[in-house]
Amino acid sequence: MEFEAIIGLEVHAELSTKTKIYCGCTTEFGGEQNTHCCPVCMGLPGALPVLNKEVVTYAMKAGLALNCEINKETYMARKNYFYPDCPKNYQITQDETPLCKNGYVEITTEEGTKKIGIQRIHIEEDAGKALHREDGTYVDFNRSGVPLIEIVSKPDMRTAQEAKMYLENLKAILQYTEVSDCKMEEGSLRCDANVSVRPKGSTEFGVKTEIKNMNSFKAVEKAIEYEIKRQIEAINRGEKIVQETRRWDETKGETIVMRSKEEAHDYRYFPEPDMVYLVVDDEWINNVKNTLPELPDKKRARYISEYGLPEYDASILTSSKALAAFFEDTVKEGASPKDASNWIMGEVLRTLNDREMSIEDIKVQPKHLAKLIELINNGTITGTIAKKVFKDMFETGDDPEKIVKEKGMVQISDENAIRDIVNKVLDENPQSVEDYKNGKTKAMGFVVGQVMKASKGKANPQLVNKLVEEELQKR
Amino acid sequence: MHTKTLHEIRELINKGEVSCVELTKNTLERISSVDDKIGAYLQIDEEGALNKAKEVDEKIRRGEEVSFLAGIPMAIKDNICVEGLKTTCASKILENFVSPYDAHVTKRLKQNDAVILGKLNMDEFAMGSSSENSAFKKVRNPYDLERVPGGSSGGSAAAVAAGEAYYTLGSDTGGSIRQPASLCGVVGLKPTYGRISRYGLVAFASSLDQIGPFTKDVEDCAHVLEAIAGYDEMDSTSAKKEVEDYTRYLNQDIKGLKIGIPKECFGEGLNEDVRKEIENAIAVYRKLGAEIKEISLPMSKYALAVYYILASSEASSNLARFDGIRYGYRADEFEDVVDLYVKSRSKGFGDEVKRRIMLGTYALSAGYYDAYYKKALKVRTLIINEYKRAFEDVDVILTPTSPTVAFKIGEKSNNPLEMYLSDIYTVPINIAGVPAISIPAGFVGGLPVGMQLIGNYFDEGTLIKVGHAFERETEFSKVRPSI
Amino acid sequence: MSVTIRDVEYVAKLARLEFTEEQKQKFTEDLNGILNYVEMLNEVDTENVEISIGAYRVENALRDDVVKDSFDRDSLLKNAPDSQDGFVKVPKVIE
Ligand SMILES: [Zn+2]
Repeated sequence: MEFEAIIGLEVHAELSTKTKIYCGCTTEFGGEQNTHCCPVCMGLPGALPVLNKEVVTYAMKAGLALNCEINKETYMARKNYFYPDCPKNYQITQDETPLCKNGYVEITTEEGTKKIGIQRIHIEEDAGKALHREDGTYVDFNRSGVPLIEIVSKPDMRTAQEAKMYLENLKAILQYTEVSDCKMEEGSLRCDANVSVRPKGSTEFGVKTEIKNMNSFKAVEKAIEYEIKRQIEAINRGEKIVQETRRWDETKGETIVMRSKEEAHDYRYFPEPDMVYLVVDDEWINNVKNTLPELPDKKRARYISEYGLPEYDASILTSSKALAAFFEDTVKEGASPKDASNWIMGEVLRTLNDREMSIEDIKVQPKHLAKLIELINNGTITGTIAKKVFKDMFETGDDPEKIVKEKGMVQISDENAIRDIVNKVLDENPQSVEDYKNGKTKAMGFVVGQVMKASKGKANPQLVNKLVEEELQKR
Repeated sequence: MHTKTLHEIRELINKGEVSCVELTKNTLERISSVDDKIGAYLQIDEEGALNKAKEVDEKIRRGEEVSFLAGIPMAIKDNICVEGLKTTCASKILENFVSPYDAHVTKRLKQNDAVILGKLNMDEFAMGSSSENSAFKKVRNPYDLERVPGGSSGGSAAAVAAGEAYYTLGSDTGGSIRQPASLCGVVGLKPTYGRISRYGLVAFASSLDQIGPFTKDVEDCAHVLEAIAGYDEMDSTSAKKEVEDYTRYLNQDIKGLKIGIPKECFGEGLNEDVRKEIENAIAVYRKLGAEIKEISLPMSKYALAVYYILASSEASSNLARFDGIRYGYRADEFEDVVDLYVKSRSKGFGDEVKRRIMLGTYALSAGYYDAYYKKALKVRTLIINEYKRAFEDVDVILTPTSPTVAFKIGEKSNNPLEMYLSDIYTVPINIAGVPAISIPAGFVGGLPVGMQLIGNYFDEGTLIKVGHAFERETEFSKVRPSI
Repeated sequence: MSVTIRDVEYVAKLARLEFTEEQKQKFTEDLNGILNYVEMLNEVDTENVEISIGAYRVENALRDDVVKDSFDRDSLLKNAPDSQDGFVKVPKVIE
């Protein structure tokens, strides 16, 4: 029997506000344990929450960028559960009235563009952090009350690849809008997956499992792939899938049932009586709309039409806000879009990939990349040298002109100097001269190579070609 | 001295006839002589009180202008935070909790140079109508030590009645200020929901709780209300409404003012003698030229049911934070974290608190939310609408505060539902969120009877006006227990 | 609707409370008594009635995104039954 998978994702993204959602404590990452806390975010008796206005703005920004409708009247709700990192033993979130609903993200699959629906986006508070050590669990409440949005997708994804693409696009949009910095390693982006399988062609949903603890996009992809396979194999063996929460174990490469909870979740949601109605009017919504930057889809289209870039290049360059900014800044500094794109798609991304770094960490400045391109185009350095210069720039962040000067990498375009090298090479290789005279034109290539080598790659290749031919003729 | 009102004391201080230190010492002596019998105080901050009194005396000596409350001893219900003092809510689970911050009202009192004597006994977490549910000791009625002072702010009411403080603060979720005020023969005001910040009041039922003053008379009430009312950015539910000069409502004529008498509040369940006293009070108003109108509030009878669902549900969630982790009582022995929660909470909370947590948890649990909580929120809308409509026709509504005078200690403690019925006239007011005041209006067998005046939203002024008119005509607010 | 001992046990678990058999029996009776009383709400027609969150309608109590000083850690932790190195400590939680 052929199966298809049904995948839905729940993504938590930390908002980039300065203060927590219900109190004025800073959201700064790091900081000594329990120093970004007050009676409100520590859940002291008598303390009360007051909603951070910017949280609403940021969440609406995300919602609008993700093509959602905004719920103009909402209220907060309490989700009740006991856990040591949850100071009030309830989380203030939204239940029946999420701030945003009915949006979508577009992904590009082999079959074309596909819309992945977003069911809802709501605002809520993060919990503290529990560190499990040998002699006990240690709790730090610095993160308690940091604002989050939870983005719940519709069960529209069918493969792990689609899930990964959805996540990548979602992350790009959240970063573009500066709603969240989406750093998975700092926990500012987290993802849980709901996975079920069903016989292809069936319209009913199978029993789903929830997968947690996936710490990278790759992990999400691998975990979902594993879970789909596991479920199909189980069904083929005649087993039933149970609704349960499973943990992705990165080292084992499998999903494992989490210690079964002692009771079914009964969160006892009810409207938060310490807070009041949240009403957003058209003016507020329009103000947020006006601050939306150019989003990845539009940018991609513009790169194709305005810069004449191939679709593939345009997609890569717009895949993250930082990369697109790097590209645009390089162009702004004078590089042609084509050259800038070639360099970024080539050396820049290759080197970053080799070092497992991201564009945010690069030392090379766009203006320096533009200058490097300029140095090639005006003949100061050769393409070969340029790659060496770039390696230096990548390590030091230095100006390419300085590197070229200091290391004497300027292209040799002096005819006499090159002619001297050519003659020296020809003198040393009489066989090549002989071969050339016997009609073996291949010999010329060898001589050119030797000349370039002798000049340490600095000789102007066009001149070398011309002079080698001239001198060979003379002999 | 201890029988005097706040405004009388202010006058004595202003005339230089008594210093704040003398006054504070005098009150501390009064406490040590009677509180063994009354049980109003859980904690006394003698040093803090005397230091403050000295500070105010200095100010006066330097000729500085001081506030109306400056230098006068008062005390605070033990569910309101005062930095550096314990806030126990009369519960074992908070027995050693020292608040690291001030409630908004505490800040306001400190700005007014109030002399804070200490913290007052109450029903555990403000759950109760008799102050028998304190984990530490029972409060007794100064008029009859065998009887309850009412609750949950029993300590706050008894302290004012017995002259152990010139005014006190309490909290009112379903009648917890007005009912004990009535049973102890003092004035107690529950302001409009949102009139006073709840920041630093340990929440029982967030959508119903409101802080308010206990005083000997209505004039004092106007002064205290003015000092503690007003918007607070730390409480989302606090109202952005100007605070009025409430004293300008004193000594006003009430001729032509319309007083509504809801017929539902005079039916079955009301003690006959109490009814007579309230009818006498109505007669006083008629004599003063007020227009008495019978009205009907048919939805009121559902208020208690709505109350027990909303209050218990909110409480079950509000009290979840008492888990023995960040503060409060932690059981000595436990197997793991879940067991730590269970043991600490089971040993830390008293029976009535557990009963309400259980009821609230049940009402919110899967499958029952719509039938109970959501239904109650809808009926609440109808009750609110009914009050709004009523105030289109009348200026205030008059009812008994409590269906009976103070009952005997232990009399109702085995029957929760019967105990709950003693809040029958006060609960609807919290559901609607309107303000109401209880004023001494008579005696039955030597025990005080209170009358409740209910006002429109944010119209505390009219309550002061109407209450003060009654006080000028009668002597009930001048009576003091003989303890 | 009638509450059984099993309901009481379920709710106790949710509320992190434990009771003796005798207490459970008493709570079952108490809860039934109160719930019977509360049944009267079923008489009220609430079709098309909106819920009320709070005693009267307040909108948009919002705070500007301005950092305020956090509290001194010692003052926040001084009430903790167990704390170490600035952390609140609890028995080891197994995920
Ligand atoms: Zn905080």
